[in-house]
Amino acid sequence: MTATSLTSTQGAGRAGDKVFSGAALAAGCLILAVLFGVALFLVVQAIPALTAPADKIQGGQGFFAYIWPIVIGTLIAAVIALVIATPIAIGVALFISHFAPRGLASGLGYVVDLLAAIPSVVYGAWGAAFLAKEISPAYGWLAANMGWLPIFEGPASTTGKTILTAGIVLAVMVLPIITSLSREIFLQTPKLHEEAALALGATRWEMIKMAVLPFARPGIISAVMLGLGRALGETMAVALVLSSGALTASLIQSGNQTIAAEIALNFPEASGIKVSTLIAAGLVLFIITLAVNMIARWVITRHKEFSGAN
Amino acid sequence: MSKRIDVKDLNVYYGDFLAVEDVSINIEAKSVTAFIGPSGCGKSTFLRTLNRMHEVIPGARVEGEVLLDGDNLYGPGVDPVTVRSQIGMVFQRPNPFPTMSIRDNVLAGVKLNNKKISKGEADVLVERSLKGANLWNEVKDRLEKPGSGLSGGQQQRLCIARAIAVEPQVILMDEPCSALDPISTLAIEDLINELKDQYTVVIVTHNMQQAARVSDKTAFFNIAGTGKPGKLIEYGDTHTIFSNPVQKATEDYVSGRFG
Amino acid sequence: MTSTLTPVRSKRSALTKGQLPKYAPYAVLGAALIAGAAIMALIGFNPFGWGVVSAILFAIGLVSWSAAVEGSRKAKDKLATCLVVGSFLVALLPLVSVIWTVLVNGIPGLLDPGFLTTSMNGVTGAFDNKSVESGAPVVGGIYHAILGTVQITLLATVISVPVGLLTAIYLVEYGQNGRLARAITFFVDVMTGIPSIVAGLFAAAFFFAVVGPGTKTGAVAAVALSVLMIPVVVRSSEEMLKIVPNELREAAYALGVRKWRTILKVVIPTAISGIASGVTLAIARVIGETAPILVTAGFATSINSNVFGGWMASLPTFIYTQILNPTSPSNPDPSSQRAWGAALVLIILVMVLNLVARLIARIFAPKTGR
Repeated sequence: MTATSLTSTQGAGRAGDKVFSGAALAAGCLILAVLFGVALFLVVQAIPALTAPADKIQGGQGFFAYIWPIVIGTLIAAVIALVIATPIAIGVALFISHFAPRGLASGLGYVVDLLAAIPSVVYGAWGAAFLAKEISPAYGWLAANMGWLPIFEGPASTTGKTILTAGIVLAVMVLPIITSLSREIFLQTPKLHEEAALALGATRWEMIKMAVLPFARPGIISAVMLGLGRALGETMAVALVLSSGALTASLIQSGNQTIAAEIALNFPEASGIKVSTLIAAGLVLFIITLAVNMIARWVITRHKEFSGAN
Repeated sequence: MSKRIDVKDLNVYYGDFLAVEDVSINIEAKSVTAFIGPSGCGKSTFLRTLNRMHEVIPGARVEGEVLLDGDNLYGPGVDPVTVRSQIGMVFQRPNPFPTMSIRDNVLAGVKLNNKKISKGEADVLVERSLKGANLWNEVKDRLEKPGSGLSGGQQQRLCIARAIAVEPQVILMDEPCSALDPISTLAIEDLINELKDQYTVVIVTHNMQQAARVSDKTAFFNIAGTGKPGKLIEYGDTHTIFSNPVQKATEDYVSGRFG
Repeated sequence: MTSTLTPVRSKRSALTKGQLPKYAPYAVLGAALIAGAAIMALIGFNPFGWGVVSAILFAIGLVSWSAAVEGSRKAKDKLATCLVVGSFLVALLPLVSVIWTVLVNGIPGLLDPGFLTTSMNGVTGAFDNKSVESGAPVVGGIYHAILGTVQITLLATVISVPVGLLTAIYLVEYGQNGRLARAITFFVDVMTGIPSIVAGLFAAAFFFAVVGPGTKTGAVAAVALSVLMIPVVVRSSEEMLKIVPNELREAAYALGVRKWRTILKVVIPTAISGIASGVTLAIARVIGETAPILVTAGFATSINSNVFGGWMASLPTFIYTQILNPTSPSNPDPSSQRAWGAALVLIILVMVLNLVARLIARIFAPKTGR
């Protein structure tokens, strides 16, 4: 009865294992291929712009002269966003993790996550229709009273559509990212350390300074960098809110431009060398955000062993 | 419907580490054999090689032979999946499939393999398996309810019914009662006594009284120290092992001097 | 022998001296609000300014009172509490403002007849001028945009879910921390950071090279959205598959069931509620993306039911173009109204998807009823 019973394999079944595992492997490799493909296709389509004679590129000075003011503009907007968002995000995360009544905590977290669910184009529309109008009197005041600072140099924009406004909208968009990551980290602080601080007679703030913040520092850094990556790549908040122009130091005048907004505004109507130029700009943006994200991931994996959460 | 198992010179490796060394043992058909020994002595590891379950862990391999009525489980061209449909296993913690009803859990071995079986045949199989596991009377009115809604002891009997439904030759049990209360344990031990009329049963247990109650023959495994391989020290009739063992180590263990 | 109980109140315990009275925060709040109103009356009252000034006065007042009575450590603690609560309130402001703006501006748009059932086909600036001048209802609707959004997102989902789920299966069931698995995990993380406009450029560049320059269809947009969706699907599916206890897999193997059948019939059904919920959240995330669709599908004014042919509208691009390029440049208000109506529809869509995701997670979780 048994000479063949163990070796008689269910043919279809065994092949099924190979087919299925092959499909899973193929899917994984597809992801790597897609990423490689993104880089490759962008480079290929961008080369005409990178190698074209200087006068063919917009501005007549060659690609580098075209792109570097826009890169600076991108960085300015992102820095404004982070400077505004980071302290508020950390405060909100601390509020939810350590200050709010326990029953409310998850509900409050959900409310902050609502900020993340709103599409970016709606933020752009809000920035253009509401925030810009409301804030332009403040710009007038800044130009009048602090105009000696280059960043507040007048005359202030009357529409309010400046890079500072765009930066504020970006801050609102980046806030939920930094908040939710920081909140996770704060909640993971070992209770042992917190209780040790409290047992020494520390006030709540002192306990946070002693036990929570040092533990959370790498996580906060990583969260900020992820927020930076998002702010660098965000299109709609800038395209709808910023009245673009040449690079200017003043934050309260119209002018400046970011890469993403430049592409969005010009690509639909573009043709020929202009298309290549914009794709090259996209490549520059891709490289910048890639670097920022990789550093952020590296920071958090490096510090996982030292997190003390074990 | 049950076969004997003959193991010849079996060595079990995890990568380069030798976990169990040189085991030879003959297990009679339609009998209950117990493996006893202190924690970490390799008895569960060895049990898993009897239905090639150790291969689920990457890097695990064996050298030697395990013969099921003369067929080598590790022979060339032998599919582990076929082996496991002939040698079933019940685990330490009851693990009914949470997305399936009681009825579907019992039929899982059949349904998951897409074997076609009519509703009438399925009903007969469910009833037979649940009766064989002494669970029929308790669940016959709620076969469509989820399997995870039963008590621990009932869940374990459900897992036994599930194993029986595949109609194996051998049933391996890896400490089946250690997660259960004493009443459920007793129910399972009674069940094992009935199962041996039809199946060859091998049970790993760290409860020596259970081994004494339940098994015909007992094998004692021991380990010389951490990092050293486990070995089979003595194998014989249960009565002899517990009252008159040959090896001193066996006597020390069953009289409670260590382990 | 009668024992006299000394009332607790009259004795000042060593543990309670040197503290602010319990009513202190409310007293300071009241004073700050009044003082704030007074200051605002001098420079021109507005509610926002009143709130800000009162908040600052409250913080200064409470902290200095605390410093005087309780000492600097407790004062610092109170200052920290003020700042933390304040930051939460500040974070709420834009949320409330955005939602309010969308509601106030969007509801009139929604209420216009035919808004949800007509497209912008044939609607010119002249119509808008007439609407403004004669007070007639605003013409034009978003049906084409809704249809476009549904088509593009559906196609993106069809592409992303198999690829994402299979990759997650590879990582959890087969990869086991091998080098390929670690590389895939790392690059999936990297993919979550691709700016949406770069994803759009990639899809555009890919189709330009493969099909022909200037190819802009709904399908290209769907590919761009897939680049954004796949990492989200992979991450959340991976988490859900890891949660399935290993014992279930072992139980199936021990019954003689093959690995692929175990995955398909035991592991995935056990994890399905989490996977479905993760996919729904991924959809919610990409449905509001504008930039990738802008550079890949253009923007149409009429209904297009063919994802593979011609420009296609979508809700986000509709909002974008109506605001930047109003149909009638001299009378931008009707365009603005239509844009806000579309924004309201889009937000409702996103919220509904988020709710559905939560419901799925709860309803389809493996039941443990008796």
